[in-house]
Amino acid sequence: MAVVSEYTDTLLPIRWPDERRSSYDVVIVGGGGHGLSTAYHLATRQGITNVAVLEADYIASGNTGRNTTIIRANYGIPEAIRFYQHSLEMYQRLEDETGAAILHQTKGIVWLAHTEMAMRTERARCLMNTANGAQTFMRTPAELKELIPELDLTGGGRYPVLGGSHHVEGATARHDRVAWAYASGASQRGVDIFQHTPVTGLLRDGDRVVGVETADGPFAAGTVLSAVGGRVTEMTAHAGVRLPVRTHPLHAFVTNDYAQGFSPIVASTELMCYVSQTERGQMLIGAEFDAQPSYSRQSSFAALRSYSYKITRLLPFLRDLRILRTWAGICDISADFSPILGFTGVDGFLVTTGWGTWGFKAIPAGGEAMAELIATGRPPALIAPFALDRFRRDHVLADQGSAGTR
Amino acid sequence: MLWLDCPHCGRRPLDEFSFGGERRSVPDSITDADERDFDEVWVFENPDGLTTERWFHAAGCRRWLTVRRDTAIDQVVDVVP
Repeated sequence: MAVVSEYTDTLLPIRWPDERRSSYDVVIVGGGGHGLSTAYHLATRQGITNVAVLEADYIASGNTGRNTTIIRANYGIPEAIRFYQHSLEMYQRLEDETGAAILHQTKGIVWLAHTEMAMRTERARCLMNTANGAQTFMRTPAELKELIPELDLTGGGRYPVLGGSHHVEGATARHDRVAWAYASGASQRGVDIFQHTPVTGLLRDGDRVVGVETADGPFAAGTVLSAVGGRVTEMTAHAGVRLPVRTHPLHAFVTNDYAQGFSPIVASTELMCYVSQTERGQMLIGAEFDAQPSYSRQSSFAALRSYSYKITRLLPFLRDLRILRTWAGICDISADFSPILGFTGVDGFLVTTGWGTWGFKAIPAGGEAMAELIATGRPPALIAPFALDRFRRDHVLADQGSAGTR
Repeated sequence: MLWLDCPHCGRRPLDEFSFGGERRSVPDSITDADERDFDEVWVFENPDGLTTERWFHAAGCRRWLTVRRDTAIDQVVDVVP
């Protein structure tokens, strides 16, 4: 099939810098999706190319390469629906824009409800989604069975499927390919990407942040953006910024191959688990993050047992498959379960964090908006509600029910 | 982390407990009253290492425990009744 050659043929080269410049307009800490997307959009939309991205490990080695690659906009509050819908549409155009194959597939995503309370939540979600530009519709059990023939409508006798919401534009894409597409586009336009360069501190001039300290020496910068996942509170503490963020591990696993063509992404917000099929045919399963914060990236037996139990109630065929590979990532979860992006209150220091378990789908729009904020000094309307000072203004964006993970 | 040693009930599976959050106080370096309120309500220390936190033995003795845990490896250090 042509897919294999297309996959390698469209792997665009990344230009790695030989040495660092004496100063940069913008230094981005964190070479994950959000850091690279911000660099790409600074270069392509704002004409700012004197940019460095510093990655402690290799690019996309953190949560960008560890998530379950689901792209959706079926959130519960208007601010989030508008933002994620914009991001979802940017994903649909990303292959055309960058020329890189990211294996984007629109599959639809189904959120199952097992109680009357959950049915009310999903009905409200559908209304809120369609009112704000996302396509989400209620489906009856019979319609769900047609969409997903493998589904056990009795939920193993314990979690009966009363109905569900169908977010028809839900999609998946290869996560590392997305990071490489942005890294390539940014580096070809002059952005320097440094791997294996952990940032150990921030350079201060009075109250202002003027660069970062690394093991390889300092990087001077006009603006520093923390696009760090997981260890973000450690990073912002260097500037005295205290965040409403906790770090929780989230686990996932893939099984051996199942017959190709398991189409929609299936999730249950009540059971807090979700499954999709990778382009190789493996079943990719994730669930809620650990209750207790931790920086451990070790897969836990407790999580695998709990995820397997829940997902096999809904899709009994999964019992015949084996767990092939497991991993975990450490998620930055904000106090109101919405992302935090924009100013920090410290001059020259911006943050994009709180991406917890919903960061992958936000990579295009998050980077585009942060690039505009850096270039103009004004937060675009799409992300203005997500500023850190919302906690001080009592304008929190509580949307835990849309995380699908706790 | 699979087990927690409840001082009242003995060694029990973690599923029986619910996490109650870190036990912390607002740092003395924050002096402004509003800032102290903000810190108390919203901020997490989120340390990479030793932390003191509360756990509720929901499916056991239904008492609150104070647990010291190393978040770097997700291992309990000790449990204080």
